[in-house]
Amino acid sequence: MEGWLHLSPEEWTAVRLSVRVATVAMLASLPIGVAVAYLLGRYKFPGKSIVDGIVLLPLILPPVVTGYLLLLTFGRRGPVGSFLAEQFGIVFSFRWTGAALACAVMGFPLMVRAIRLSIEAVDRRLEEAAGTLGANPLWVFVFVTLPLIAPGIIAGMILCFAKAMGEFGATITFVSNIPGETQTLPSAIYTFTQVPGGEAGALRLTLVSIAISMAALMVSELMARWVGRKIWTE
Amino acid sequence: MTIEVDVAHRLGAFTLEVRFTSQGRLTAFFGPSGSGKTSLVNVIGGLIRPDRGRIAVDATTLTDTASGIFVPMHRRRIGYVFQEGRLFPHLTVRQNLMFGRWFTPPQERKVELETVLDLLGIGHLLHRRPGGLSGGEKQRVAIGRALLASPRLLLMDEPLAALDEERKAEILPFIERLRDEANIPIIYVSHSLAEVSRLANSVVVLHNGRVAAAGDPAEVLSRSELVPQDAVEEAGAVIEARISQHDIEFGLTMLQSNAGLLRAPYLDLPAGTIVRVRIRARDVMVANAPPLGLSALNVLAGKVIELRTSGESVAEVAIDCNGVKLWARLTRKSVETLGLKPELPVFAILKSVALDKGTLGKSPLSENLRGADLGVRLQDEGLARRLVQGNGGLP
Repeated sequence: MEGWLHLSPEEWTAVRLSVRVATVAMLASLPIGVAVAYLLGRYKFPGKSIVDGIVLLPLILPPVVTGYLLLLTFGRRGPVGSFLAEQFGIVFSFRWTGAALACAVMGFPLMVRAIRLSIEAVDRRLEEAAGTLGANPLWVFVFVTLPLIAPGIIAGMILCFAKAMGEFGATITFVSNIPGETQTLPSAIYTFTQVPGGEAGALRLTLVSIAISMAALMVSELMARWVGRKIWTE
Repeated sequence: MTIEVDVAHRLGAFTLEVRFTSQGRLTAFFGPSGSGKTSLVNVIGGLIRPDRGRIAVDATTLTDTASGIFVPMHRRRIGYVFQEGRLFPHLTVRQNLMFGRWFTPPQERKVELETVLDLLGIGHLLHRRPGGLSGGEKQRVAIGRALLASPRLLLMDEPLAALDEERKAEILPFIERLRDEANIPIIYVSHSLAEVSRLANSVVVLHNGRVAAAGDPAEVLSRSELVPQDAVEEAGAVIEARISQHDIEFGLTMLQSNAGLLRAPYLDLPAGTIVRVRIRARDVMVANAPPLGLSALNVLAGKVIELRTSGESVAEVAIDCNGVKLWARLTRKSVETLGLKPELPVFAILKSVALDKGTLGKSPLSENLRGADLGVRLQDEGLARRLVQGNGGLP
């Protein structure tokens, strides 16, 4: 039993990669997520239901389909992918950045949904009050709206992070399963289950996966409680 | 301190069409719910862009649809105290108070935190959060927050409506101080006759989105047809009187008015102060001969000038007491028994205890007239206070 829980260097690489991919996916989609949630929560515009649908699409499509669409669009020969590679030298295909992109796209609907709900719950009369006190719309957003939706933003971030930690289908379709570059935890577990004698490794990574997810959940709970206490009580 | 409003705005089936000019320190918008008071305040505050019209405060044009002027609300510098307070729940009381000040250009900051804390008595709340405050405290903080933005005009939309009677009584004196001490014109929205007659320098009565009457409160508020139906029990005459002396032995305050001498429960205000007295029509009795053996202390001689039936059993009688018009609400039977008719000499009788906190307050005139002709001074104010502590006196 001694050393059974000891992770090999390759397994550590997969763990570190997964955390990095999920963190980048979460942080990169945050500003866009807040903007889209604000747009959908506050404004009525023609084609709103279409935008709404596109945002939710990754949630209902098979992940493999999303991954394949990413490959077609952001792949080296895809329209967006080739443009980004030539103009800015940004390459997604078969890189960890591509894994982050796939995870961000998959986690986006969950993030937007959580933030949008909290934006819709904001008492707009408070924003009006801030306006009468001399705050222009940008300051109203920064000093009133943003603090009030902070719990929703935290929830959205954690959902996105959790989704990214577990993302498998879109990632493996888009950027494959390259150890050290695109092999995240789920891909590594999947690889272990495909080789004889891999059960122990699969189980170890499963436990790590559970530990990270639980930790993320607890951190979010603590943050939400802290923010909530700041807002609603003495 | 001139406020000029001339606007028209359509909200669904409701049309607001209002035109008035006010010079008063405290202008009250008075009328039943649905009469357009809040809409009008929102138009003035810039929360609603009117279809047509012009709004100017002290020569600064805030809205003028003809020349396309519409100053956005955050640049109007109009303070707004909302009915529900609307304090920011995520900020402390101190942060709430300083919110507007922070957005006020430094050269425009005329109101200091210390002054506001002192005026509203909220210094001890600074580190609390709005969630833990009582309704009255919240409203005082909301008033302070609006003041600290150094507004050119203060809008107060039914600031007391959500509070119980006790809390209202707690805040009214602060609003009186605000009116008399802060150099900021106030527009005060209310459907409460008690509040309006106590606070207003000038009244705009709204009905169905239009101005039904405007002007001096004593004149406007005595016209019962202008008083909303739900407030008719409270309706009556509003008169100004001067405190001539305090009766220390019995804890009474003598009020000299044009109608005659009134005795009220002790008021903690110095002799010479002008007070506003609302004499509710339902508190006035009428006699056709000088009454004898009567407990009521106030008997005013006058003559009937008008009779009006209101409803099946009730009549309203207008009595001219030395040029002051009082109203009495009587049964039709009493009117017939006494043979009341215009020009008949009568006596209006009023119990002193009917003049209470709800009907008496420092008049907005008192600042201007103080020292003009003070009459008898109170000899021992401290003694009087000890004698009648908490007995009908104003806080």
